[in-house]
Amino acid sequence: MAESIQTQDRKLRTEEMVIQMGPQHPSTHGVLRLEVTVEGEIVTHVKPYIGYLHRCFEKHAEQMGNYSQVIPYVDRMDYVAAMSMEWSYVLGMERMLGIQVPERVEYIRVIMAELQRIASHTIAIGTFGLDLGAFTPFLFLLRDREMILEIFERTCGARLLYNYFWIGGLSHDVPLDFVDSTRQFCTQFKKTIVEVNNLLSYNEIFIKRTANVGILPANVAINYAASGPVLRGSGVDWDLRRDDHYSIYNRFDWQPQIGKGERGTLGDCWDRYIVRCREMEQSVKIIEQAIEQLPDGDVQSAIPKRIRPNASEIYIRTEAPRGELGFYIVSDGSGSPYRVKGRSSSFVNLSVLPEITRGYMIADLVAILGSIDIVLGEIDR
Amino acid sequence: MSPQEILNKLTEKFADAIVEAKVEGVLEPYAKVKVESIREISSLMRDDSDLQFDTLMCLSGMDYGKGILGVVYNLGSIAKKHKFTLKIEISVEAANVSSVESVWRTADWHEREAFDLFGIVFTDHPDLRRILLPDDWEGYPLRKDYQVQEFYHGMKVPY
Amino acid sequence: MGLLDKRFENSNIVITKMDDLLNWARLSSLWYMQFGLACCAIEMMATGASHYDLDRFGAMPRATPRQADVMLVTGTVSIKMAERIKRLYDQMAEPRYVISMGSCANCGGPYWEHGYHVLKGVDRVIPVDVYIPGCPPRPEALLEGLIKLQEKIRKSSLVELKSHKSPSKADQHMAG
Repeated sequence: MAESIQTQDRKLRTEEMVIQMGPQHPSTHGVLRLEVTVEGEIVTHVKPYIGYLHRCFEKHAEQMGNYSQVIPYVDRMDYVAAMSMEWSYVLGMERMLGIQVPERVEYIRVIMAELQRIASHTIAIGTFGLDLGAFTPFLFLLRDREMILEIFERTCGARLLYNYFWIGGLSHDVPLDFVDSTRQFCTQFKKTIVEVNNLLSYNEIFIKRTANVGILPANVAINYAASGPVLRGSGVDWDLRRDDHYSIYNRFDWQPQIGKGERGTLGDCWDRYIVRCREMEQSVKIIEQAIEQLPDGDVQSAIPKRIRPNASEIYIRTEAPRGELGFYIVSDGSGSPYRVKGRSSSFVNLSVLPEITRGYMIADLVAILGSIDIVLGEIDR
Repeated sequence: MSPQEILNKLTEKFADAIVEAKVEGVLEPYAKVKVESIREISSLMRDDSDLQFDTLMCLSGMDYGKGILGVVYNLGSIAKKHKFTLKIEISVEAANVSSVESVWRTADWHEREAFDLFGIVFTDHPDLRRILLPDDWEGYPLRKDYQVQEFYHGMKVPY
Repeated sequence: MGLLDKRFENSNIVITKMDDLLNWARLSSLWYMQFGLACCAIEMMATGASHYDLDRFGAMPRATPRQADVMLVTGTVSIKMAERIKRLYDQMAEPRYVISMGSCANCGGPYWEHGYHVLKGVDRVIPVDVYIPGCPPRPEALLEGLIKLQEKIRKSSLVELKSHKSPSKADQHMAG
C-alpha cells in the first residue's frame, strides 16, 4: 500500500518550465525579454534581459561637438516624457556654468514639465489598463493626451521629441493662445480624471487584479534605490520636487501623493497606480497656479554664446514622471562633454522585478510589470 | 550633515584609506578612496546612524585615459537628505573591484553595466555578465580607445 | 445600402479580374503586427487611437506574426534585436509586407555616426516595401505610408508567374 502511494507521488511530480516572454510581446511595454520560470501557473523566478534598444547614448554624448547637441539624444531616452529628460540635463549644465535663468523661463519650464507629467501618466495608466483588458480608458486618456501634444506642437513644432529646453533658456517663447488653451485643457482634464476613476480605479475587477499583488516593502524599495511612484506607492514620502529644491515648486500649493494601502496591502500595484492618478490631479493644480503667476520676459536672454564649463563634474537629479532621473556630467574644460552618464529611473525600478514577482501567477506578472511603468528607451539608453 | 562633517566621520575610521578628498569649492564633494576598502566604507556609509546613506543613487564607470579606469559612487540619503560621492581608480590591466551589491542591492545592475561598457570586473558579484550588449560582443565600447567591429553575425555594423 | 446598393442589374453577378478582387480584399484589411521598438511606437499607438484611427483603413493590431500581413518596424533596430526581427519576419505567412517607420529604421537615424550597437537601417536584414521618413513621423505620415502600401498592393499581381527577382539589399549586406 505504501509502495503504490510512493509510485503515485513520483508520477505526479511537477517540473519547472522556462518560458521566454518577449522581446516582441504586446505587454512588455517595449523590447524587454523576461525569462520566466514557472511551476504550473505560479512564477518562481523572473530574469529580465535588457539591451534590445541600446542606442549608445553615452558614446554619442562624448563624441558630439558640443553640449547643446546632446539635448536631442536626451529627449530620446524616455521618449514618453521628453521635456522632463531635457530639464534634468539642462539644469545640470546651468549649474555647472553658473547661469540663473529668467523667471519667465522657470515658470514655463514648470508648466511644460507638469503637462508632460500628465501626458506620461496617461500613457502609463492607459497601457496598464490595456494590459489588463480595459480598452476604453486607454482611448479616453489618449484623446486628452492629443490636446497636450497640440499645445506642445504649437509651442515648439514637435509632438513627441522637442529639443525645447536649451541651456540657459528655451528655444521658442510660448504662442499667444498658450494660456487660454492650457486653461481649457485643465478644465477638460478634470472631467477625464473623474471618468477614469469611474471606469478603472474603483472598478471591482481592476481592484481584484491589482490589490495585494506585487507588494514592495518600503525598506526594500529604498535599498534598491527605487524612486517616483514605485517608491511613493510603498509609503515613503520622498519627492525630489519638494525635497531637492531644484526649481520654483515651493511657490505653489501642492502635495506629493503617497500610497496608503487603501485597497490591499501597502506597496501593491493598486497603490502605485493610484499614486499616478492623484499625481495627475496635483499637476493640474500646479499648472493652474503657474499660469496665473506667469511673468513677462525674454526666454532667450540668458543663453550663453559659448558653452564651455570649467573642468568639473555634477550629479543632477530631478523628478521625472517615472522617478528620479539623474545625469552625472563630467567636463574636462573643452567644449564637448567628457562623460555623461544617464541614471534613469526605469533602469533601477526594473531591477526590483525579480524581487516582487515570486509566488504570483503569470497574469499577475503582467500587472506588476505594468504598475512599475518602464520605458525601454531610458533603460537601455 | 555638511560635506566636511561627513568627511570627518569617514576620516575617523578610515584615515589611511582616503587618497584624496575635496569638499569645498566643488559642486559634488567627493572622497577618493583605496580600492580594497570600498566595501567596508560603503557599509559604514549605510549603517552609521549619523550618515545613513541608504541609497546608491548612481554608479558610473569612468575612463580617465592613460590606462586608468575608475568607478564613481553617488550616494544619497532619504533619511538625512544629504549627498556624497566616493571615487576609486584602477588600472586597465588589473581592473578588479569588490562589489557593493551586498550593501545596496541596486548596485547589481549598475555594476553589470560598468562591466559591460568598461570591462571592470566586480568580484563577489552574484551574476556578472553583460547586460546591454550581446554576450559575444567584442570589446568595451565606452573606453576611449574602442574600435567598432566591422561585422557581427553577418550584419555590417558601421554605416 | 451603401457602396454596392443598386449597382448590379443582373442578379448580382460581377465580372472583374481575379487580381483586382484579391488585391482589393487584401489591401482593405491589412493586419499589422504590433511591433513597437522605440519612440515611433508611441506615434503608432497614437495613430491607432481614436484621433487618427487606423481601424478605418481595416488595419488591426495583431500580437503574433503568424496572423499578421504587415510588419511595422517602428523605432531603432539594435543589433541584438536584428536577429529576432529576422526570425519574426520568417514567421509571417506570405504575402507579407514591411513598412519601415521612422528615420532609425530607414537608415540608422540620429545614431548613424557613433552608434556601435545600432543597425543602420532595417533593410540590412529584411526586405522593406515602404519607407516613412520622420523622427518621429506624424500620424498622418504613417497613414500616408499605409496608403502607399495599399497602392503597391493594388498594382501587384498574385496570379501572374513571378519572374526571377534580383538579389535584395538584405542579401547583399549579409556577408558569409
